[in-house]
Amino acid sequence: MHWTFTGGGPHPVGMVTLGERPATRVRHTPRPSSVQLKIVMAVSGALALLYLVAHMIGNLKIFLGADAINTYAAWLRTVGEPALPAETLLWIVRAVLTVAIVAHIVSAVILTRRAHRARPIKYAHRPPVKGSYAARTMRWGGVIIVLFVIYHLLDLTTGTLNPNGVSGDVHANVVADFAPHRWYVTLFYAIAVVAVGFHVRHGLWSGLQTLGRSSAAAQNTLKGVALVVAVALTVGFLSVPFAVLTGLVR
Amino acid sequence: MTMTNYTDFTIGGPVADTAAPAGPVEERWERRRFGVKLVNPANKRKMKIIVVGTGLAGGSAAASLAELGYQVSSFCYQDSPRRAHSIAAQGGINAAKNYRNDGDSVHRLFYDTVKGGDFRSRESNVHRQADISLQIIDQCVAQGVPFAREYGGLLDTRSFGGAQVSRTFYARGQTGQQLLLGAYQALERQIDAGTVTMYPRHEMLDLIMVDGRARGIVARDLVTGETRSHLADAVVLASGGYGNVFYLSTNAKGCNVTASWRAHRRGALFANPCYTQIHPTCIPVSGDHQSKLTLMSESLRNDGRVWVPERAGDTRPPSDIPESERDYFLERQYPAYGNLVPRDIASRAAKNVCDAGRGVGPTGLGVYLDFAEAINRLGRAAVAAKYGNLFQMYQRITGEDPYVVPMRIFPAVHYTMGGLWVDYDLQSTIPGLFVVGEANFSDHGANRLGASALMQGLADGYFVLPNTIGDYLAGAKLHPVDPGADEVRATEHEVANRIETLLSIDGNRTVDSFHRELGHLLWDQCGMERTDAGLRKALDRIPELRREFWSSVKVPGTGAQLNQSLERAGRVADFLELAELMCLDALHRTESCGGHFRAESQTEDGEAARDDEHFSYVGAWEYMGQGEPPVLHKEDLHFEYVTPSQRSYK
Amino acid sequence: MRLNLRIWRQAGPEDKGRLVAYRVDDADEDMSFLELLDVLNEKLVLDGDEPVAFDHDCREGICGACSMVINGQPHGPQKATTTCQLHLRHFRDGESITIEPFRAAAFPVVKDLVVDRGALDRIVASGGYISAPTGAAPEAHATPVPKANADRAFTAAACIGCGACVAACPNGSASLFVGAKITHLGELPQGQPERSDRVVRMVETHDAEGFGGCTNTGECTVACPKEIPLDVISQLNRDYLHATTGGRRTA
Repeated sequence: MHWTFTGGGPHPVGMVTLGERPATRVRHTPRPSSVQLKIVMAVSGALALLYLVAHMIGNLKIFLGADAINTYAAWLRTVGEPALPAETLLWIVRAVLTVAIVAHIVSAVILTRRAHRARPIKYAHRPPVKGSYAARTMRWGGVIIVLFVIYHLLDLTTGTLNPNGVSGDVHANVVADFAPHRWYVTLFYAIAVVAVGFHVRHGLWSGLQTLGRSSAAAQNTLKGVALVVAVALTVGFLSVPFAVLTGLVR
Repeated sequence: MTMTNYTDFTIGGPVADTAAPAGPVEERWERRRFGVKLVNPANKRKMKIIVVGTGLAGGSAAASLAELGYQVSSFCYQDSPRRAHSIAAQGGINAAKNYRNDGDSVHRLFYDTVKGGDFRSRESNVHRQADISLQIIDQCVAQGVPFAREYGGLLDTRSFGGAQVSRTFYARGQTGQQLLLGAYQALERQIDAGTVTMYPRHEMLDLIMVDGRARGIVARDLVTGETRSHLADAVVLASGGYGNVFYLSTNAKGCNVTASWRAHRRGALFANPCYTQIHPTCIPVSGDHQSKLTLMSESLRNDGRVWVPERAGDTRPPSDIPESERDYFLERQYPAYGNLVPRDIASRAAKNVCDAGRGVGPTGLGVYLDFAEAINRLGRAAVAAKYGNLFQMYQRITGEDPYVVPMRIFPAVHYTMGGLWVDYDLQSTIPGLFVVGEANFSDHGANRLGASALMQGLADGYFVLPNTIGDYLAGAKLHPVDPGADEVRATEHEVANRIETLLSIDGNRTVDSFHRELGHLLWDQCGMERTDAGLRKALDRIPELRREFWSSVKVPGTGAQLNQSLERAGRVADFLELAELMCLDALHRTESCGGHFRAESQTEDGEAARDDEHFSYVGAWEYMGQGEPPVLHKEDLHFEYVTPSQRSYK
Repeated sequence: MRLNLRIWRQAGPEDKGRLVAYRVDDADEDMSFLELLDVLNEKLVLDGDEPVAFDHDCREGICGACSMVINGQPHGPQKATTTCQLHLRHFRDGESITIEPFRAAAFPVVKDLVVDRGALDRIVASGGYISAPTGAAPEAHATPVPKANADRAFTAAACIGCGACVAACPNGSASLFVGAKITHLGELPQGQPERSDRVVRMVETHDAEGFGGCTNTGECTVACPKEIPLDVISQLNRDYLHATTGGRRTA
């Protein structure tokens, strides 16, 4: 019985016996746990980053001439032979990468949905926290990267959307792709690469934070390392289209 | 001497502590523990205990009682048991570990505390507390309290006001917080185990008495406004002190006397209400808007030097006043203890220099606490390591940098030594009502030494009460109380009526305006210095103010919701009653002792002059009804081990 | 000084709530932010309005009760400062100030600026302690603790449980709060026996209470009035990983 003070005179007061525990809300524990999701993000992100670094270094072979990059592209398919059948290692890498990316995206989606549920009402007024730009662009930056990767595969892996589209002739395909009149492709590429840069800058630091034991002093070092890697990746990836655009590579 | 109505009181029969065993003081606690009746474990599970308050005493008591197997219900007005005001204790906790090899012992801590309390406490209780102090440190370390440590990994200690040995354990300037979190975590562990039911945001508004025993409380759920009875086999009050009767104090805004006062109205004697502690090192008041006073830890006096200009009316900035024109008045007056004299002495000395027109700061109510010498001697980094967080806090509040400009400090109400009378078992004069921590009167006499409140709260909660409450429960032969019993219903109605009345007055003054006026009055007339005339003036005004309150207070909103004005109104109404008893107690005690300084009773050099012949007793007051003269019961104090002497810190 | 306030008013958990504008003309720069609200409330009461409900208690920055978001920042713009210690000298005459409650699903609004932070207590109850029943303690000096560990434990233990980290986190995560307790107890030898269990149980409760997951945005540590460092979250992750893969969990 609940007694309120809005009525006339005093009424009897409710009674409770001790030992009776107030009803606790029934909650279920979400699985996987938030920390597990974070660890998945970190590990899968690390795999993707390793791939990106290798990819970027491979790209730079274009500056050594058409033969260099085309030979390199062919080698990627034959590496491991004759011990392994052709393209085995390539497909292993592709499989691992796909699993990592899918795990990364699924975890990110779950964490995002939980984050929205955890903060259903936004602040009327919240200024951005200094230095958190990269952190705040992770989600839509990630979406841009996914869209770009799909296009990128159709463009330079399958050749479907490439104006040249000759399998094995990587140099020609790239030069055709970033031709000056196709500026919109270059722009899309550049935006995606910058998004990757931001993503890596926060992601690398965040992953180290998740998996490592960082101290207050080490944190600034880690942030520095993440920034250097992110800038190196961005510059490395951007150098190719801009070289084509400016005629350095033709 | 003619007495007006409200200064009337009658003297009743003496009150005696029958639970205290006889024998050598160091064996009494051992004897008592052997003497108590035990409750068998199966019966403990059936017994219910209510604990009101979750500070050091209440939190540790609730956790420890639950560990013993009792069913415990714990109440606090805060949103979480972790926020009780014990959390704000900065300096440290005393323990006679003698880790420093500097001559400390249980007996010395006992001696210092009895002397520091100006011979107005019980030897039995104080000795027990000193004895238990050893276990408290062990207990807290086991819980993971991160005390300060030396490079070797052992615990660090420091010296503290009123002591010449280094027996104070600390956790930077946040000792109270860390100790409280230890108790809170122990409490949460029991909540998870289902042995403690926690009622946060609940306020006790009355005590339920059945057949002359405490059998429960009426509490208001501060969120829904619902008032309900909670019944039990025993009730423990751990509801803290009443310093907020002064409006401005170092207490948290919510600290109040309601639980204790309601118990007093139901028959529990209230002892020594005039013993209030004024802490010497607080940040001075800056304006009328001020809502509370902030303490700067007493530990600052280890390295800071207190001074004022030698000349009255000297308004030069401190840096322009040469050494030769500064008066380091504590070092001058008390060469043996210097800046480390006990709180009552340091406070009054500061008041005296300000009264002489030598106070500093915009209001003239302040003295300097200067770290220049310490910074020269130890280096800025070392000073920052010791006091950094306190300096930061000072700067945040005042906008001044204490590394450059000396701090300004002034005394403020900090702690109340008085409280509900309890026997050696911590049981009040109401059977089944136990009182622990600052809410009781027992261990500090007329003045509390620094770093002793934490010790007392934890001694009571962890070690004393769990050992003594069983004696009552085993012997009481309690029958379950019918929730519909007349006594229960009547108490519920009284609570409901009072709330209804407060809401229906709808006058033209806010609760805070009454509280501020009461606070001013008490600070002026019943503060650091009390006089016969001043106390009579206060006793003239308080009943009027109380009448005005009940006719013109405005409490908006309803009772069926979160209503912070209503909460405050109930608390201020009780302060308005307590204030009168404080002044009466201060008026009747025509001696000076500890924090109670009667201007009429001082030595030639202005120190408190006790009158052991007439006042070596605990003054325990019985409530006889509103407007009725209370009855004074005296508990004579006997000193077998520490001979009362004029305290000297010179 | 004069201040224009926009304050979130919400009669109860079911009410939708809205921002209401108030003006205070006689603010003083030496006032604390809560004293500003006191002054406003006195006026509201005399005008027959309901005063603004807000949590507060010690008013010296240690109890963790005060909880509002001032101009989008939990505890306002001053670094390492709770609302109760924030003074008006940090605001300009005539400034507009928006005051909102802590926003998180796990912190439902009770009334106006008052929220229910009981979820934090339940996280502690699920494992944020060392089981040391009263009376069972060994001598305090039996186990020395290296000063570096004791200091790090203290730094983490300084958490006041105010929930500003949750209020600041874009994910509504309480990881800083959990990490602080994990680090405090995990740095001490006394905390080792329950270390693995503790982290697993606390993370479970954290998630079940509806807090979001940490994505290392670092906004929590910026908002923290006690400057709890972000590395306590690393510690939390590491301990969790260890507990769930290393077989250290005892139960």
